[in-house]
Amino acid sequence: MRPTARGARQQDNLASYFEEQEGQLALADGSRIGVIGGGPAGSFFAYFLFRMAESAGLHISVDIYEPRLFDRCGPAGCNHCGGVVSESLVQLLATEGINLPPTVVQRGIESYVLHTDVGQVQIETPLQEMRIAAVYRGNGPKQSEPVAIAGFDRHLLDLSATVGAKIVRKLVTGFDWNHGMPQIRTADGDMATYELLAVATGVNSQILEQLNSPAMDYQSPGTLRAFICEFHLGQATIRQWLGNSMHVFLLDIPRLEFAALIPKGDYATLCLLGEDVDEQLIESFLASDEVKACFPDTLVPTPACHCFPRINVRAAVRPFADRIVWVGDSGVNRLFKDGIGSAYRTAKAAARTAVFHGISKADFEKGFWPECRALIRDNRIARLIFGVTTLIQNLRFLRRGVLRMIAREQRDAGKNRLMSSVLWDVFTGSAPYKEILLRTFHPVFPLRLTWNLLAANLLRTERKGMKEGAR
Amino acid sequence: MNSGSLGKTYADGAIIVRQGDSGDCMFAIQKGQIEVVRRGKDGDVRVAVLEEGEIFGEMAIFEREARSATVRALGEVRVLTVDKKTFLRRVQEDPSLAFNLVRMMSRRIRRLSGEIAELQPGGVARSQDTLALTDAERRIERRNRTDRRVTKDRRSGGNRRRDAERRGAVAASPSPA
Ligand SMILES: Cc1cc2nc3c(=O)[nH]c(=O)nc-3n(C[C@H](O)[C@H](O)[C@H](O)COP(=O)(O)OP(=O)(O)OC[C@H]3O[C@@H](n4cnc5c(N)ncnc54)[C@H](O)[C@@H]3O)c2cc1C
Repeated sequence: MRPTARGARQQDNLASYFEEQEGQLALADGSRIGVIGGGPAGSFFAYFLFRMAESAGLHISVDIYEPRLFDRCGPAGCNHCGGVVSESLVQLLATEGINLPPTVVQRGIESYVLHTDVGQVQIETPLQEMRIAAVYRGNGPKQSEPVAIAGFDRHLLDLSATVGAKIVRKLVTGFDWNHGMPQIRTADGDMATYELLAVATGVNSQILEQLNSPAMDYQSPGTLRAFICEFHLGQATIRQWLGNSMHVFLLDIPRLEFAALIPKGDYATLCLLGEDVDEQLIESFLASDEVKACFPDTLVPTPACHCFPRINVRAAVRPFADRIVWVGDSGVNRLFKDGIGSAYRTAKAAARTAVFHGISKADFEKGFWPECRALIRDNRIARLIFGVTTLIQNLRFLRRGVLRMIAREQRDAGKNRLMSSVLWDVFTGSAPYKEILLRTFHPVFPLRLTWNLLAANLLRTERKGMKEGAR
Repeated sequence: MNSGSLGKTYADGAIIVRQGDSGDCMFAIQKGQIEVVRRGKDGDVRVAVLEEGEIFGEMAIFEREARSATVRALGEVRVLTVDKKTFLRRVQEDPSLAFNLVRMMSRRIRRLSGEIAELQPGGVARSQDTLALTDAERRIERRNRTDRRVTKDRRSGGNRRRDAERRGAVAASPSPA
């Protein structure tokens, strides 16, 4: 689309306005932007960059480099994750005008079931509404029939293409500077130079190491090995055994931080996070009675496919430099929860900065880094909260008290659901960790917890009733 | 309902928002259509029909006023609730979150101005205004010609208003719920 003469004048003014303001580096009409990686972070970045550039009257071009074919079944087409789109992200995307259709959402999640060795309890969504989406990141597990579904990543990539991004199906293998501009090389030897480069490769990419150069101060994020597998159960079994609930396990297994079973179409995804998850941890988990009880005849089926992806557990150092910014997992992410939501936040902050402030290191420090810093600060509180959940995992008397408190809150309609809302937000990743912590400072919270700890451990006869009432 | 459907399903005619109630959320239509109906002294007036992808009830997010209209499902409809709290928490950190809402509201105001201009003597010819309708609205407009539910005309120049309605002007009004 050609800008009109008046439009072109406005754009020149806009570009020079920013250049004067910031000294030098800004996007201008005709700027070329490269994005390495077409996962959620890359697609969100391109989408918002275009939309904001449009409102500022800037005409830019964006190339997204993504070799993965998201419509393939199995690991080749998948970005390896539990595939839970958090309650807050579903709402924020709807506000942005991005709705997730039923072809993308494999199952709407309406409750959480918390499994422990002392019982299980169901936590209902506060509004009795499906606002959590269970999605595939690719086109379903290996061996699954290719069906008329669109993976989440494909959906977002298509969205960025509809606003104008060009998808380049190539792996980026090299990076350099060309007269002060970032230059990338692809596997076929092609080179391209850009005014701005967004790195959205996630943490499972080798190219990140090349970007760990002293010239840029960037240091890639700290990671842990996680585990994901898919069980084929069929729609009917899923409906009967798992329902529309995400199943979370608080089990006393060494090195296990978080375990969840997420029902999708014909499959259920198991996701284990912890201190470098290995075969031994997986075996002890699958052998536990609480896990087996989630499957017909207490038989855990053989997984249709599995992988050991890495997860970002420590923020990258300085994920920005002149003309280059790291978004999503390759930069800063939320600890253990709502990784896709963090990709949305950092990608949008980077796009906002690039369009409305500039693309120098100083601009990103001013406009983009505060978003990352907020996530990093919140992750400090997250460590405290996960410390407490580990304690609950390890101490049976605590598990009894917590379970009893939730069961009572869920049973009595209208009761202020203090523990339920805290755990709901811890598991769903829907609220900032700071806000979750503050909720535990409610004066009634410690009183009610103490009472439930006493009642659950001293009046043990109640346990059976609680188990029944909870589900 | 499909297992992959988000939000909540309302049957035809079900009330999603009631005029006069207090509100702490807005809604995004995932599938189907809703009608916005305002109750006045002289009966109910349909002020808008909205469909998939559109947002309504957004005024409750910005003001503490009671809901200004009733919203009903037109056929089966699926609607996602967006909490005021979730929106306000995020919009403080990212004011550009409001861009889409502002764009949508300004589109509605623009159409409303067109409609008001048309109601004035010497206003814009309706044929021009119709060109400003989106494809979706034109579809709704065609459907509405046979399904007009306005109970009473409150305006004194009733014929003129009725003519405008018949041509679908009401379908393009803002959603004040
Ligand atoms: C076990 C596990 C479970 C998780 N569960 C959830 C969950 O349920 N919900 C949630 O919100 N988050 C979850 N996450 C986190 C989530 O997966 C990430 O936060 C999210 O995928 C980050 O998006 P991204 O775009 O930054 O990176 P990615 O999703 O990793 O995407 C990176 C993209 O870059 C491409 N790429 C990489 N290198 C190159 C290159 N050199 N050239 C071109 N392209 C390249 C890749 O092909 C890929 O498509 C989970 C993570 C793990 C490990």
